[in-house]
Amino acid sequence: MAIRENEFFTLLGPSGCGKTTLLRLIAGFEYPDEGEILLNGRDIALLAPHERPVNTVFQSYALFPHMTVGQNIGFGLEMLGKPRREIAARVDEMLRLVRMEALKDRRTSQISGGQQQRVALARALAPQPKVLLLDEPLSALDYKLRKEMQIELKRLQHETGITFIFVTHDQEEALTMSDRIAVMSGGSILQVGTPRDIYDRPDKRFVADFIGEANFLPAQVLSSAGDRAKVTLGAGGEILAGLPHGTQPQGQITVMVRPEHAEIAGTDADATLSGTLESAVYFGTDTHLNVRLGDGSNFVVRRQNDRCADHGFAPGMPVGVRIRDGAAQVLRD
Amino acid sequence: MTQAQDIIRAAARRDIRNRWWLSAPALVIIFLAAIGPLFVVVLYSVMVKGDYGDVKYWQFSGQGWFEVLFERDMFDNTVSFADAHLSILWRSVKLAAITTIVTLILGFPTAYFIATRPRHRRDLWLFLITIPFWTNLLIRTFAIQEVFRNEGLLNVALMRTGLIDQPIQIMFTDFAILLGMGYVYLPLMVLPLYASLEKFDFRLAEAAADLYANSSRVLRRIIVPMVMPGIVAGSILVFVPSLGAYVTPRLLGGGKNLMLGNLIELQFGQGRNWPLGSALSISLTAIVMLSLLVYVRAASKTEARHG
Amino acid sequence: MARPYSVQRQRGFTLIALFCFVLLYLPMVTLVVYAFNAGATTSAWEGLSLRWFHAAAANERIIDATLRSLTIAPIAGLIATVAATMAALATTRTAPYRGLTFKYAFINQPLMVPEIVTAVALLVVFSRVKIWTGYSGLGYLIAAHTAFCIPFAYLPIRARLETMDLTLERAAADLYARPWMVLRRITLPLLWPGILAGFMLAFVVSLDDVVITEFVKSAGQETLPTYMLGQLRRQTTPEMNAISTVFLGLSVAIVTLFFFLSRKTD
Repeated sequence: MAIRENEFFTLLGPSGCGKTTLLRLIAGFEYPDEGEILLNGRDIALLAPHERPVNTVFQSYALFPHMTVGQNIGFGLEMLGKPRREIAARVDEMLRLVRMEALKDRRTSQISGGQQQRVALARALAPQPKVLLLDEPLSALDYKLRKEMQIELKRLQHETGITFIFVTHDQEEALTMSDRIAVMSGGSILQVGTPRDIYDRPDKRFVADFIGEANFLPAQVLSSAGDRAKVTLGAGGEILAGLPHGTQPQGQITVMVRPEHAEIAGTDADATLSGTLESAVYFGTDTHLNVRLGDGSNFVVRRQNDRCADHGFAPGMPVGVRIRDGAAQVLRD
Repeated sequence: MTQAQDIIRAAARRDIRNRWWLSAPALVIIFLAAIGPLFVVVLYSVMVKGDYGDVKYWQFSGQGWFEVLFERDMFDNTVSFADAHLSILWRSVKLAAITTIVTLILGFPTAYFIATRPRHRRDLWLFLITIPFWTNLLIRTFAIQEVFRNEGLLNVALMRTGLIDQPIQIMFTDFAILLGMGYVYLPLMVLPLYASLEKFDFRLAEAAADLYANSSRVLRRIIVPMVMPGIVAGSILVFVPSLGAYVTPRLLGGGKNLMLGNLIELQFGQGRNWPLGSALSISLTAIVMLSLLVYVRAASKTEARHG
Repeated sequence: MARPYSVQRQRGFTLIALFCFVLLYLPMVTLVVYAFNAGATTSAWEGLSLRWFHAAAANERIIDATLRSLTIAPIAGLIATVAATMAALATTRTAPYRGLTFKYAFINQPLMVPEIVTAVALLVVFSRVKIWTGYSGLGYLIAAHTAFCIPFAYLPIRARLETMDLTLERAAADLYARPWMVLRRITLPLLWPGILAGFMLAFVVSLDDVVITEFVKSAGQETLPTYMLGQLRRQTTPEMNAISTVFLGLSVAIVTLFFFLSRKTD
């Protein structure tokens, strides 16, 4: 796997998937049994943390409680032996960058969680590392603050031009912030791609399932051409589905359809699948319609709500489901 | 990449080596001025006693150990149990055990009381227990002596009120030793009990009360079993120093009512029987170590149970 | 009479507890009160006076013993604290390694063996060493005190270290601090309250010791507790109460400091 310069790169996965371990390997808190970690072509796998031009924003922030905000931010530069005047100037610059000028002489215990987060960021950015590692830095913040910091992080990455490697288990965070995402599970990387790639064209069932919601349908490949394949679904109906890059599958496969990429249709001919409506669950912005298909499996369709028009669905009524060409994706496994 | 693994392993070895260097000063000091001398005592216990104290070097004999339990009649050489030693041993164990029980009976409600105070006032009560804990044992024994001696506060008060016309002789009795040890070791019982009780979640007691347990049943069936580690810890912390007590029996027992600690001292002083003193020391240490072993067993068992 | 039900209420417990507090403090208060007695006994109150404090302050044997106690305690406390700090750094925050349990047992040994046993063991060894080397100075007492002070200093230092996870040290290393700098700038400053508490405990324990000192001291090396032990075997005057009161005050001051230091930081 290669991470590019100036990239906002996210490692996404459930807890215990190895994403934090990978981060710690890059930071130097753990050492790999085998393999290399190259930074601009140099193997840094066995260097001590203080020898790597890589800084970390810790999940707990790890601010030094016996130092002021300014001393925290200047610590890295001080350790690098920079002259005092340069440190002072850079600390002020960093404080401006994270908009904390007024709190320079406060103790880190006297500032709020969101402010601590900013100090942690400023401290890690001050020595101008080649790579900034962020270990679930937003997980301790409440919802509103988290949203704010997401935008803030994007801005900082843009302004500093430093490569960010961001670890999270929050799919929404990953999708909204990243240039590219690596989805991890069980210690290995399943798929690397842009947020859109990952969401619309997941490679594997785990990726499709972990990010967003998905319907999985058994299907049979009829023919394939380029990145599309014609498949017949086990529950009836024939559709064109996207193919994972560089595969030409044959025979029995699984396709994935996002609930919002399908729609409810009448039971007439343009319905791909047909079944009965089991329940309609109101979610505010949208309604989830659970359809029992002919083969007994369940299919969820998500439908945007409209204040002015009630959809008029009632459990037990027969409905059709339409899946347009290209709305489905063939999975690798 | 065996090279990487080699480097990692070398770093781990270096870390452990550094940790040995770091602990070296403490280990050396304790070896020279605490543990090492104990081994010498073991050696002394099997040597021949010197005529004016000390021992005759490299002349070995089991006499020291023999005399712990037996004595040989000076004239007819018959062997009998050393009644004096046995009664002192028995008194030591008895007094230490009673001290432990009494401090437990008094200490448990005290610890419970502190643990059930509102949080901000708990520290103050705890502080009041901590002060005697760290106050010189000699001074506390002296204070007890002041209250209970014949011209002391208690007797003067009782005589003034006319309840008695002769002072009650408390000093220089086993009871005085008991009073003194109970007094000086009570904080040692309260502190570990408090540590356990403080962690007790009273919602469990509420659950028991909800299931029709009255307060004494809540105490016996829920609280006591849950704080057992604290009870065991407190009991050991009181029993062990009580058994080896030296200052308290010396001052309050008045030279007649000896305990093991005083018997040991006697052998190195007037008794001039260092091998016997050494053997007694090792015996005392062995009893203490045995109690500690029981404690560790009990602690690890309850820990395993509560996971 | 009807009190609202509380699940925490146990009949009689409060009474016993308050009785215990009275029991703990009454003798000590009596002791202190009689230190201010104008009379020559501790039986009859003859009015308020500081005469016994003056008497104690003029007693050369007491001054000598006090100075000796105040020489030994800081030295032994300091050495013990340094050794204990190093040992605590070596025995915490690590995966178990061979010898770790051995170290724990070794460091805590002075707490486990009865004091009288250690005392006679030191008597046996040091009396021999005194003959061999001809040296009979304070070194023996300082060595003995340092040894039994180490576990007391070790306890709070270790406890504090164990609450400090390695993240802050990692953060410092991540910010280019070399291991020595991490120790100096992060670990030791954060550990400081523990070290201070350890030193104070060691100091008090050394100051209070009577048994080991009694057996190790050479002729003329009385410390305040051994001097008091000698005096207490006779009929005492309020002079002893006066010394005890001062001693008590010192202990209370140190314990108070320790107590609030360890409270504040957790």
